[in-house]
Amino acid sequence: MSAGLEASGRLIRPGRILAWTLLFIGGLIMATPLLYMFSTSLKTSGQVYDLRLIPADPTLKNYVEVLKDGRFLRWFLNSMLIATAVTLSNLIFDSLVGYTLAKFRFRGRALVFIAILSTLMIPTEMLVIPWYLMSSQFGWLDSYWGIMFPGMMSAFGAFLMKQFFETVPDDFLEAARVDGLSEFAIWWRIAMPMVAPALSALAIFSFLGNWTAFFWPLIVTTSRDLYTLPVGISSFSAESSIRWEMIMTGAALGTIPTLILFLLLQRYIVRGVMLAGLKG
Amino acid sequence: MAKIELQGLGKRYGSAQVVHALDLTIEDGEFTVFVGPSGCGKSTTLRMIAGLEEISEGRLLIGGEMVNQREPKQRNIAMVFQNYAIYPHMTVGQNIGFGLYTAKLSKAEKQARILEAAKTLGLEPLLNRRPAALSGGQRQRVAIGRAMVRDPAAFLFDEPLSNLDAQLRAQMRMEIKSLHRRLGSTIVYVTHDQIEAMTMADQIVVMKEGRILQTGSPLELYENPADVFTARFIGSPSMALLKGEVSGGALRVAGAEISGRVPARASGPVLVGVRPHDLEVGAGEPGAGFRAMGLVEAVEPLGAETLTHIRIGEAQAVATAPGRVLPEVGSMVPVRAAPGTLHLFDAASEKALGRI
Ligand SMILES: Nc1ncnc2c1ncn2[C@@H]1O[C@H](COP(=O)(O)OP(=O)(O)O)[C@@H](O)[C@H]1O
Ligand SMILES: [Mg+2]
Repeated sequence: MSAGLEASGRLIRPGRILAWTLLFIGGLIMATPLLYMFSTSLKTSGQVYDLRLIPADPTLKNYVEVLKDGRFLRWFLNSMLIATAVTLSNLIFDSLVGYTLAKFRFRGRALVFIAILSTLMIPTEMLVIPWYLMSSQFGWLDSYWGIMFPGMMSAFGAFLMKQFFETVPDDFLEAARVDGLSEFAIWWRIAMPMVAPALSALAIFSFLGNWTAFFWPLIVTTSRDLYTLPVGISSFSAESSIRWEMIMTGAALGTIPTLILFLLLQRYIVRGVMLAGLKG
Repeated sequence: MAKIELQGLGKRYGSAQVVHALDLTIEDGEFTVFVGPSGCGKSTTLRMIAGLEEISEGRLLIGGEMVNQREPKQRNIAMVFQNYAIYPHMTVGQNIGFGLYTAKLSKAEKQARILEAAKTLGLEPLLNRRPAALSGGQRQRVAIGRAMVRDPAAFLFDEPLSNLDAQLRAQMRMEIKSLHRRLGSTIVYVTHDQIEAMTMADQIVVMKEGRILQTGSPLELYENPADVFTARFIGSPSMALLKGEVSGGALRVAGAEISGRVPARASGPVLVGVRPHDLEVGAGEPGAGFRAMGLVEAVEPLGAETLTHIRIGEAQAVATAPGRVLPEVGSMVPVRAAPGTLHLFDAASEKALGRI
């Protein structure tokens, strides 16, 4: 059967076809809500319940309206500030912790590591109340810091970075030590560049997680000016009538930074950890 | 430039004594090679000198000053690692320049030093390349360059050539040797390869199980090994050992005929060592040195000579035949060694007793 043959003459195995089919279906399932989001953002309020994927009469009016509304921009910037600050904090502190656990021998190291790991087993929902009490007692409620502080370091990030730092051979660090670098400089100038792919991955996880965070920002903020984008967008729907086309427009605009970040960093993520420097 | 002195230097990991009280002086400008089988404590010793490993006992002096408590960077030594340890995210030039990290020099001076080192090592055209685009030999040169720009009190090398192929290894041996001649610096070099030790060292330090067995120039060790271990470790192929017995001033070895004066302190069971290059295939004169018949087990024609693996009684030995002579495997051949070429060791203590 000629349809089963590729141009090169190799047979396409049935397993391949199955895999492709499954991947295609999976991709479709993932993409459909996104496509509907973009589609709805191009519709007028009257057309929202017309479920055609391609709007009959596409318009950018919603975008103009959302962008003109100062609140949206404010929430967008809030989210940007918070996600960026938390991500930077994670990049620095998670890798400091990971590096220390991976490369230094000290009493109680295993215990510290287990303690950090065990925090991963506590669900966020259980932490919200202590966080809230803490915020209220420190006067952090309804502030940027209040939104950010629970995420400034993450046990998962520290664990991830520890695993990656363990792949950096000690020789590199010792060579730097002999060359006269301080321990801090060794971490910053030698070890950190060598785990760049891991840092990229961590940056994306951390940024995404904070960009889309909803529950905690909703609880800790009360003034509309401090809302993050997801909280703000959801408040559109809490008003008198639900304006789906506005929500979808806000959400569509909200995906842009994460897309940009991913496009910028994916090359580092895909690249192997240790390309060179060791025997090739 | 500096003299390095090890005074009772030792290393313990928990209860395991890995290095036992080493005493050694490495003169200023001397090329010293630590050689020994893997796991004998060479790297540990080198790392104690570098300051990467804490010293458990004894004293370490560099340039006459005790440096036990000093950080690596305060010891002014440079180190080259087996895996090169050149940074993948920096260019060749930046890697070499990294040796000057703490140097208080102007940018122009640093650049001049980097260029000079690159020139010496033939790396000039590669200065802007990344390590990923270099061969193993070039990478190791970059690592040496990073050490060179420092102008350190001493260079430490830990098996720097073991990741290279045989041909490159031979070439780099000569390059490091000539670099030493040019710079005149103190070098401490660690290897498990006795050929590297023989070809490069001014002074060889033979180590085994955390102890120094013998120290001396390559030829001293080759000619007068202090014990069976050094005798077999130095020289390739290894020295053959035949079991013998000294009684009443006469040496008897099963299957061989030996004449010569037996050292007075030898008595009882002994080991008779003979180096492949002293043991020739061919019938000898009666009463002159060593004569025996050997069963040929394998031959290795090398062109200039033929290494002939034989069995004398129960012992295996390697004898040399001229290049065009190919003894037949399975045949018996006569072998001989000149008087004065045999090494005698006490069978129990394995210490050298002298030569016959
Ligand atoms: N961190 C360590 N803890 C315990 N034992 C060690 C450690 N490092 C090395 N050793 C032991 O010390 C001995 C000498 O090691 P090393 O100096 O690396 O040997 P070499 O370089 O001669 O091959 C080995 O038996 C090794 O197992
Ligand atoms: Mg070693």
